Amino acid sequence: MSQRIKVLKTYKIFINGKFPRTESGRYTQLKIDNLPIANVCLSSRKDVRNAVLSARNAFESWSSKSAYNRSQILYRIAEIIEGNKSQFIEELILQGEDSKKAILEIDQSIDRIIYFAGWPDKINPIFGSVNPVASSHFNFTILEPMGVVGIVAPEENSLLGLISSIIPVILSGNTCLAIVSEKLPLCAISLAEVISNSDVPNGVVNIITGSKDELAPHIAQHMDVNALGINIDNKELKNKMFFQASNNLKRVVDVSKYNIEDSNFESPYIVKKFMEAKTTWHPIEKDFTSTNNY
Amino acid sequence: MSSKIKSLNYNGKWDFSSSIESIENLSILKEYQLFINGKFQKPVDKKYFPSINPTNEQQLTRIAKAESKDVDLAVNSARAAFNGQWGKISGKERAKYIYRIARIIQEKSKELAIVETLDGGKPIRESRDIDIPLAAAHFFYYAGWSDKLKYAFPNKTPKPLGVVGQIIPWNFPLMMAAWKIAPALATGNTVVLKPAESTSVTALLLAEIIKEAELPPGVVNIITGDGSTGNLLVNHSDVNKIAFTGSTEVGKSIMESISGTNKRSTMELGGKAANIIFEDAPLDQAVEGVINGIFFNQGHVCCAGSRLFIQESVYDVVLRKLKDRMQSLLVGNPLDKNTDIGAVNSKQQLSTIHKYIDIGVKEGADIFQLNCELPKSGYWCPPTLFTNVSQSHRIAKEEIFGPVLAVQTFRTTQEVINKANNTPYGLSAGVWTDKGSKAFNLAAKLKAGVIWANTYNKFDPTSPFGGYKESGHGREGGLHGLSPYLNLE
Repeated sequence: MSQRIKVLKTYKIFINGKFPRTESGRYTQLKIDNLPIANVCLSSRKDVRNAVLSARNAFESWSSKSAYNRSQILYRIAEIIEGNKSQFIEELILQGEDSKKAILEIDQSIDRIIYFAGWPDKINPIFGSVNPVASSHFNFTILEPMGVVGIVAPEENSLLGLISSIIPVILSGNTCLAIVSEKLPLCAISLAEVISNSDVPNGVVNIITGSKDELAPHIAQHMDVNALGINIDNKELKNKMFFQASNNLKRVVDVSKYNIEDSNFESPYIVKKFMEAKTTWHPIEKDFTSTNNY
Repeated sequence: MSSKIKSLNYNGKWDFSSSIESIENLSILKEYQLFINGKFQKPVDKKYFPSINPTNEQQLTRIAKAESKDVDLAVNSARAAFNGQWGKISGKERAKYIYRIARIIQEKSKELAIVETLDGGKPIRESRDIDIPLAAAHFFYYAGWSDKLKYAFPNKTPKPLGVVGQIIPWNFPLMMAAWKIAPALATGNTVVLKPAESTSVTALLLAEIIKEAELPPGVVNIITGDGSTGNLLVNHSDVNKIAFTGSTEVGKSIMESISGTNKRSTMELGGKAANIIFEDAPLDQAVEGVINGIFFNQGHVCCAGSRLFIQESVYDVVLRKLKDRMQSLLVGNPLDKNTDIGAVNSKQQLSTIHKYIDIGVKEGADIFQLNCELPKSGYWCPPTLFTNVSQSHRIAKEEIFGPVLAVQTFRTTQEVINKANNTPYGLSAGVWTDKGSKAFNLAAKLKAGVIWANTYNKFDPTSPFGGYKESGHGREGGLHGLSPYLNLE
């Protein structure tokens, strides 16, 4: 009996819940130890623009879901990864990680999602406020999502880093597009497959592979992106993005300041950085005829 | 339809006996110096610029212009104070200094109000009842936070940032200084503040108050000058944070300047706020709110309700009421306690407003202006309203910063939400309806940092203020006004 021929996986990008190839038709061959392991899309500016559009269109429905619902959907992502652990471990190993580290990374990734999945309905009770203004008004401040967030995920920790970049951003109702690790992109696409099966609405997460030098500036300059979460070591590229982000005053969060591997990364403060405070005023009737001195 | 709605008959304009605030006991110096390291100092280059009273175009006083060496001195003295006494004293002690400032402002409130009106042109009624009391309240509020910061940030140990550079506009000179300085001090930072070129005097009176309150030298430094002085402050290498209130254009250039540095920032920038009247709104109150929303402070307000959206079914009646109410506004001497609309802050701003009024007419909108006599000298603009405005008109898109209202209509809730959010700005919005569920729906959907429901242009030190999108980032006021001045990492 001849040996069974393996089915090789085609890694494509993830935009609006679909898995298209890059519109540019470009690809690069991913090699580990000089052996080709997969072809990866070299996405273009057009893909970035499509991803932003898809994220924008998804924003209203995602941000208006109940916090409880978003919580459960995020939990569902973790559940499904747990069931597919072996696939992720294989991919991490294929990308050159040793098996012990791969197991650790997948466990940490799942636990991290579980941690953040609990936050959607707890951010506002802790960080919102009712403000005792001196005039006769009811006045309160809540935190809201910012809108579309452009993410540049770290090169190392290709799975944990990507999850840690995406989950704190979307849990509050933001939608995102993420440029993933350039040299280790495989897990990102498998994560996209999980997300597509986890009741996350289309367009909430968009995942793009390719050259960061080429793609990141397109995100930083895009006028319909509200914020950036960037985890880049390349200082020149980072500074360029900060500069370009000024064109529509994007909020820029430099995630590279945090140690992704450290459990201290798990904090609501990173969630807050991608939220906007909104204060609402409403008059309280002054009723001079009644007394209230019981 | 409109012919059926009768205009109110006032029998012409009501006459008021003038009630002019006395300036007899006021002493304004001929020349004001820089406030650096606890002392009033002449600028190194000995350059001064005039401060003009916009009601008569006369020079009120002259103000020192800080150049590079002066900015260095100010930043160095702020750094020394941060590394020295101010950085060492407890929050409790800091609080007491800040409380002192609040109290002295209250004591001197009359004098401060008059100077604010003379220097900036705003009605005395507003400087007396809003600007100065809010400035004092801001210091009083934040004073109390100084020794309670750890309660504000669960699981964190908040630390001050260091030296903060603060640049403020000319529309609420003293109040903006308070909004900037009070939280910065409460959180343990030291300050270099640059007031706007055309309205520096009350900031320098505040410097005197700070001196009187015996704050350690260098904790607050006030340097005067134009945009070039601000630029020097922004680009100074020993400043840890820039807090800026002003135009979106300048805000963007500041963000470009500080990109690639470790400087933090708060930006409180422009706006083009929607004020929305639904058919079920209490219309008289709504009209009052619209008037206050756009004509308060001559419309020199970043959160001014400059785009009015009226539901079609009540368009005629609201417009009629609005025009009637406009006719009762009193434009003139801002020192007169009856005055509703004072002088436009500067010649330059007046020409910007005129430019936009011309654009509005050229683009085909219908203009309606208050029919009144304007003083012969000074900078004045009558309250102005445009109808027949579309979303693409520049007067509906760009911030005018003057008493110019662009009126549009809508039929459905979804339509007005789309129209209201169709702007790069997102500072504030107003909604008028008697239906609670509708008000909350709009409050949730409007992309703006402050939503006024059945009210407008209300401010309070406990209430966070600041914008979405191109209206800036960070908040001033309230609990949320603390973290922009703290390192929580």
